[in-house]
Amino acid sequence: MYSCADLKKGIKLMIDNEPHVIVQFDFTKPGKGQALYKCKLRNMITGSLFDRTYRSGESFEPASLEERDMQYLYRDETGYVFMDQKTYEQTSISEEVLGDDHYFLVDNMEVKVLLHNERGIGVTLPNFVNLRVTQSDPWVKGDTAAGNNKPATVESGYTLQVPSFVEQGSLIQIDTRTGEYVTRVKE
Amino acid sequence: MKEPNWALARKRQALTERARIIQEIRNFFIHRGYLEVETPHRIPANAPEAHIDIVASGPWALHTSPELAMKRLLAAGYEQLFQLCRVWRESERGQYHLPEFTLLEWYRAGVDYHALMTECMELFFVLVPEGKLSRQGRMIDLSMPWQQLTVSEAFSRYAPMSLQSSLTADRFEEVLTGEVEPHLGKLQPTFLTEYPTSLAALARTKPGEPLVAERFELYIDGLEVANAFSELTDPHEQRSRFDAAEETRRASGKAPYPLPEKFLTELITMPEAAGIALGLDRLIMLLTDSDSIDDVVAFTPDDL
Repeated sequence: MYSCADLKKGIKLMIDNEPHVIVQFDFTKPGKGQALYKCKLRNMITGSLFDRTYRSGESFEPASLEERDMQYLYRDETGYVFMDQKTYEQTSISEEVLGDDHYFLVDNMEVKVLLHNERGIGVTLPNFVNLRVTQSDPWVKGDTAAGNNKPATVESGYTLQVPSFVEQGSLIQIDTRTGEYVTRVKE
Repeated sequence: MKEPNWALARKRQALTERARIIQEIRNFFIHRGYLEVETPHRIPANAPEAHIDIVASGPWALHTSPELAMKRLLAAGYEQLFQLCRVWRESERGQYHLPEFTLLEWYRAGVDYHALMTECMELFFVLVPEGKLSRQGRMIDLSMPWQQLTVSEAFSRYAPMSLQSSLTADRFEEVLTGEVEPHLGKLQPTFLTEYPTSLAALARTKPGEPLVAERFELYIDGLEVANAFSELTDPHEQRSRFDAAEETRRASGKAPYPLPEKFLTELITMPEAAGIALGLDRLIMLLTDSDSIDDVVAFTPDDL
């Protein structure tokens, strides 16, 4: 069982017998008062989003889902299509159900697909992915401070902050758990 | 192509500002005749709080605040004290919370909590001489005096239920954080004052009003920055407040904590005094226009 202290973004819980994932998490606590754990949850079957607030002392059943190694193939009108490389079985997961994870899918990437009644309802991504920067303002001459940053958009449409020395066309590594820049990747 | 850790490198500006603010704070208090003290981080007993969990350290615990040691110094005759120190509170982690964070506490004999409101304003006057704070594109006016609002007034102004009904329904925190706090300190800082005594275990009650404690919280841009009391100096009353906090812990299935007996013994010689704990990391967030506490410390637990 999980306690409130285990709650954070990405944790999967069973609520009313259906798997849910925490997509946004806020811890609030007036200095001397009770802690409140404010969660935005996504029903992993229907994709529907809702808010719920929990208090210390509550416990949660982890969602234990079957995982299968699959390869990401392509996107079509049904959503994102994955294939089991042993059985050639395919499953498609809609963008709604995948949530922000779709930003980190790269063609032919191997992921673990989470299954519920034989249907794909989510993925476990590798911790790091490499994506190419498709849009970012050029480096400003004279801006040499190592800590300076600017926004950049990568090939999947995802936007993040990167160091000012990262150029359009660079391949960068992103931590899929935080969505943050890690380093440039040598090609 | 091995790059330096950018997540750390990009904090240089905030960390430089943090160091400057800490120096300014030291100068402010030393200049006013306050004595800077250091008290142990690892102690046998904290003040029992219904909703603050300790981090154990062997048979002892890390302090959740230096409050008890500061008050024992007051009781021994030290009249003006301040301390900047790390404190630990189990499982408090969020956009504005770290389980290990920095408190600025100061205590003054012979005054009540009104004197600390004035001192908060004067401290900000020194830290922000331009008198305005820019927060995510909005301006907060720091010119004195700042707004004062009682908890009861704030609930009737901003919440769908009264303070009393929120307490009866055990929904005080939910309504405070969800409905009231987002409105506080938006145009100018707000002192939220006159807390129910049940929510102020170490504060003196108002003369003739045993259900209202002389406690205030300072809010700036919806963020709770500091908590202050006119200190309770009656050892019997203090012991029964601690017992009540222990009872709340037991009732919610939590282990009671050992009582700070030396503090309770020495409280009898403590003069009338007021004390305040200010979250230094949050103060730095406000002064650097940062949106997360992670941005103003070098390392969070997740970075280790």
